[in-house]
Amino acid sequence: MFQRLSPLKPYLARYKGRYVAGFIALLITQIVGITIPLIIKAGIDGMRRHVSGSELLFFAGLILGAALIKAIFQFWMRWILIGISRDIEYDLRNDLFAHLMRLSQRYYNETRTGELMSKLTNDLSAVRNLVGPGIMYSATTLVTGVACLTLMFHLDWELTLIALIPMPLVSIAVKYFGQQIHERFEKIQAMYSDITERVRENLSGVRVVRAFCQEEAEMALFDRMNREYVEKNKRLIWITSFLWPALSMLFGLSFLLVLIFGGWHVLSGRITLGTFMALNVYLMYLIWPMIALGYVTNLVQRGLASQGRLWTIFAAQPDIDDREVPAHPVTELRGEIEFRNLTFSYNGVPVLRNINLHIPAGRSVAIVGATGSGKTTLVNLIPRLYDAPAGAVLIDGTPIRQIPLQVLRRNIGFVPQETFLFSDTIRENIKFGLSEASQSEVEQAAEVSNLLPEIVGFPKGFETLVGERGLTLSGGQKQRAAISRAVIRNPRILILDDALSSVDTGTEEKILSQLTRIMQGRTTLMISHRVSTVQNADEIIVLHEGEIVERGTHEELLAMGGFYTELYNRQLIEEELEKEA
Amino acid sequence: MPEAFHEEEILGKAYDSRLMRRLLHYLRPYRGVVALAFIAIFFYGILQAVPPYLLKLEVDRYLDPAGRRQMPHFLLRLLSPNPFTGILEIALLLLLPCVLLAFALEFGQSFAMQLVGQKVMYDLRNQIFAHLQRLQISYYDRNPVGRMVTRVTTDVDVLNDMFSSGVVAIFGDFFTLLSILVVMLKVNWKLALLTFSVLPFIVLTTMAFRKAVRESYRRIRIAIARINAYLQEHITGMATLQLFNREERSYEEFEEINRAHMKAYKDSILAYGLFYPTVEFLGILAVAIIIYRGGVMSLRGAVTLGTAMAFIQYSQRFFRPIQDLSDKYNILQAAMASSERIFKLLDTPVTITDPEKPRELPEVQGRVEFRHVNFAYQDHHLVTENVSLVIEPGETVAVVGHTGAGKTTLTNLLLRFYDVTDGRILLEGIDIRQLRLRDLRSNFGMVLQDPFLFSGTIASNIRMGTPWITDEQVRRAAQQVNILDFIESLPEGFDEPVKERGVTLSTGQKQLLSFARALAHDPRILILDEATSSVDPETEALIREALRSLLRDRTSLVIAHRLSTIQNANKIVVMHKGRVREVGTHRELIEKRGIYYKLYQLQYKDQELPAVRSET
Ligand SMILES: Nc1ncnc2c1ncn2[C@@H]1O[C@H](COP(=O)(O)OP(=O)(O)OP(=O)(O)O)[C@@H](O)[C@H]1O
Ligand SMILES: Nc1ncnc2c1ncn2[C@@H]1O[C@H](COP(=O)(O)OP(=O)(O)OP(=O)(O)O)[C@@H](O)[C@H]1O
Ligand SMILES: [Mg+2]
Ligand SMILES: [Mg+2]
Repeated sequence: MFQRLSPLKPYLARYKGRYVAGFIALLITQIVGITIPLIIKAGIDGMRRHVSGSELLFFAGLILGAALIKAIFQFWMRWILIGISRDIEYDLRNDLFAHLMRLSQRYYNETRTGELMSKLTNDLSAVRNLVGPGIMYSATTLVTGVACLTLMFHLDWELTLIALIPMPLVSIAVKYFGQQIHERFEKIQAMYSDITERVRENLSGVRVVRAFCQEEAEMALFDRMNREYVEKNKRLIWITSFLWPALSMLFGLSFLLVLIFGGWHVLSGRITLGTFMALNVYLMYLIWPMIALGYVTNLVQRGLASQGRLWTIFAAQPDIDDREVPAHPVTELRGEIEFRNLTFSYNGVPVLRNINLHIPAGRSVAIVGATGSGKTTLVNLIPRLYDAPAGAVLIDGTPIRQIPLQVLRRNIGFVPQETFLFSDTIRENIKFGLSEASQSEVEQAAEVSNLLPEIVGFPKGFETLVGERGLTLSGGQKQRAAISRAVIRNPRILILDDALSSVDTGTEEKILSQLTRIMQGRTTLMISHRVSTVQNADEIIVLHEGEIVERGTHEELLAMGGFYTELYNRQLIEEELEKEA
Repeated sequence: MPEAFHEEEILGKAYDSRLMRRLLHYLRPYRGVVALAFIAIFFYGILQAVPPYLLKLEVDRYLDPAGRRQMPHFLLRLLSPNPFTGILEIALLLLLPCVLLAFALEFGQSFAMQLVGQKVMYDLRNQIFAHLQRLQISYYDRNPVGRMVTRVTTDVDVLNDMFSSGVVAIFGDFFTLLSILVVMLKVNWKLALLTFSVLPFIVLTTMAFRKAVRESYRRIRIAIARINAYLQEHITGMATLQLFNREERSYEEFEEINRAHMKAYKDSILAYGLFYPTVEFLGILAVAIIIYRGGVMSLRGAVTLGTAMAFIQYSQRFFRPIQDLSDKYNILQAAMASSERIFKLLDTPVTITDPEKPRELPEVQGRVEFRHVNFAYQDHHLVTENVSLVIEPGETVAVVGHTGAGKTTLTNLLLRFYDVTDGRILLEGIDIRQLRLRDLRSNFGMVLQDPFLFSGTIASNIRMGTPWITDEQVRRAAQQVNILDFIESLPEGFDEPVKERGVTLSTGQKQLLSFARALAHDPRILILDEATSSVDPETEALIREALRSLLRDRTSLVIAHRLSTIQNANKIVVMHKGRVREVGTHRELIEKRGIYYKLYQLQYKDQELPAVRSET
């Protein structure tokens, strides 16, 4: 077991001193507790001998004194040992979150949110149970068990042995059923997280569910899972409701044996009535550790399994980090970008092939190309959302892996194709790009995306809450909030991934003219499907199935008569058609 | 953000008769089993008082015969005069059956109650989920998904704790206490009362404890809710977080919530740490009293040794249930809080629902009419004002306008995601509020502005749970939106797994899939809300071509910013700040020289260059 705890060692080690103090308190608690039945024994024997009242008072006082010491140290023990577990939980949760923030998109593509959530809640709490109550009860059990048994043997070893006859059954039951409980419990947990995930998806996609009248189908599916969950639970209930009563029964049998043989021993004068009583009390004391043994085994098993799962998060190495950054890295960027013979694939099949592209600092490049041609993939490589092969992407002539992530991303203003807003106010969402931004900076940023007039028109202005993912904003409002969020950073490199797709032409026009001003002196990458958006770029590249098939200025490309010309003509023909209409 | 947590703050009394009655309602179908469980636990409680009494019997009858005279007569006669056989009789004839019976009762009770608990949870979970399937979308606007998920899962589990180990066990403890009390009074009321003299202190301690723990539990619950919400949101938005270098800030924010959680727990540890030892101490105080007072009384012969010994055992059995009660108290309190939240959800009225007397919908031709529609999402802030609009069967109507003008809102109203504030919407001349929701919605096929994909496969995302859509239809729909080639290029084709929200697909691909979904459902009326905004023009043109024949005998409502997308529309509706400002054909609107004309000019003013012919 200790072997398997080793990942936790650094956390445990942090509280070494307190653990020691806690264990001392524990030791005192248990040892003092153990003496109480001895005093009771003396008291009973005293009664038998008809000692005086004052002597009885002395016994009573002695008991109380012991009880008081025990109570005080018991408090200390709980306070320290359980307290540590909350500290460790706190440390672990912080570390896990920090680690999650270092992991890249690749990891998140492979991992379900629900699964992560359940690890960070259920599994973490099981691990806490392991390092707190688990350790405390194990120690209590051990100390009490050993001390009780020693004293009992001392008092009457024969009777003790007899009383212990049912004990092997207890440990067998605990061991066997504990294992079963553990296995079934794990299955239930897995099912539980499936259900949670299912409900979450159903609720997030509520509009689709309603629009396509899927309520019944969803309910049927949920009912199926719910039923299966109950079935799995039933299998566990069987055991748990059998195990505990069975254990009490075995203890009942121990008492029964003590009642018989203890009585006989008293009759034959081997032991006094007081000893008989003390043995009874000790047996009581033993019940708890024995039951706790089962409970603790359970805790420990659960805790270890959870620890294993939790550590799969830690085991996921951040694949995008600063490991290749030299001792004296760059701290500022000018914004010159180069893709050097870049080939990139998500999993095996190349999505980008032999990309060579050089963008001098301050210039603008537009990317056009069919759906799925790799545009987003290409720009995602610049802030290292995914990692391109070493040396394939350079900024200011430095391979980006040698630029600290902090520096790299600080200099990039990124408007992703799909907007993610946090359920906070509009102001906080715009400030997300620059937390120390002033009100006037926020307003200016909102101005650029032409969002300001609308925000002012909202009853609560900048304090309007946007709902989860920005749900209570219109599609265009969301997208423009994202533009503001990017430009407020005043970045060297601006990346707009189809950032005006949900915006009407009038607004687009206004934003574009604002952006042209802002783009002065910044490197800009702009993805769009519309000729009107891209035509003024210094260079336009056309991506086709992951390859650059055309490049040049608007005029050059038109002269070439390829994909771009086709795109242009298509829009032109449409225009003409409309004119004719 | 902070206001989102007020529901977790519901403290819950440990016992709230209104809630309890309502909860018990769920036990109704299983009342037979519950009644049996109660009988079992009743006898189990009584049996708990027996073993110490048998100890007394043994001691007083055989081991310290001084106590004999205080024995009830029949017991003395029953038992063998020979101490060795007598003890054996006590153990085997009296104690053994008790032990076995107690086992049977406890097992039966626990099994039955846990089973009932599971069944109740099953019912409750289904009920909550079903309610969520009916609740109006505006509820979803106000409540984070994570919180609703909690209602279906965690909150129900808390109730399960109560049903399976809380309520009944409380009665068990109660019966145990009661029978011990009775036996002790019966055996020696003076000593019994002396022993009970510690009880008031226990009550006081428990009350103080409850107060302390109550407050820290409230803080704990809020902290947990906040931790979960924070994690959930920041894990889903991780890319954004990383892109904007928010790691440190987020860490600080998270650390703060996490710390509040830890602090709240520390307070509860303090409360527990004080409570347990105190109760235990009081328990031993009772033992001390028994030894001292009992001993003094035994000197006078008023108390037998057996009584003293039995009392010591009783006092130990007595205080354990009291200690347990405090745990049960927490279970109850948590359960009350959870049930309050659950009932609050269940009591949220479904405002958008099937009418009492639904009208039958005739064969749908596709005529849709908005008549003076006013609508506000919240607080009278009108988002659409006096919108009137007619869509004739077979027509394609386009809605254009600035972002935030209220275009998506119109489609939301049409499908009754929200109900109009004023005015009416008619389908085939019938107010849509008089139709069954299913009848209404099944006539529409909608491509939402924000495509949403479920985890599953490509095919399952197109077909959803609609059983009548054949593989062939799925395939055809994919072909119509021109994504068939892509799907077939995938290793598993239509069975290719789709991840959460479709993260491994490009945005355009997601949009096409949700377009295919709408087409596969073969609707009478098609609603396209920016359905091709992220799709390249070539694909868009191909889709338009495919739609041309598809739309011939269908009605469609198309929202688009790119005027090229809507050139074939029979009618164009221009919305501005929630109002319909212009309606007409493209030509009419151009001639009108209004908003549309301006939009149009803007879009094409940059393209004055002559067309350059490609290769031909
Ligand atoms: N669920 C909601 N709750 C509150 N307000 C909303 C909600 N949805 C939209 N709004 C507000 O209503 C107004 C109209 O939004 P709507 O989505 O209808 O615009 P739209 O015309 O579709 O714009 P876009 O072209 O940007 O998609 C906006 O100001 C928006 O902020
Ligand atoms: N995370 C991912 N894992 C695996 N494949 C991916 C992932 N993201 C994208 N792809 C695939 O890579 C290809 C290129 O995707 P990308 O998002 O770069 O396209 P795009 O040019 O931006 O398209 P769109 O115009 O639709 O936005 C697509 O076929 C897509 O399915
Ligand atoms: Mg893209
Ligand atoms: Mg919209």
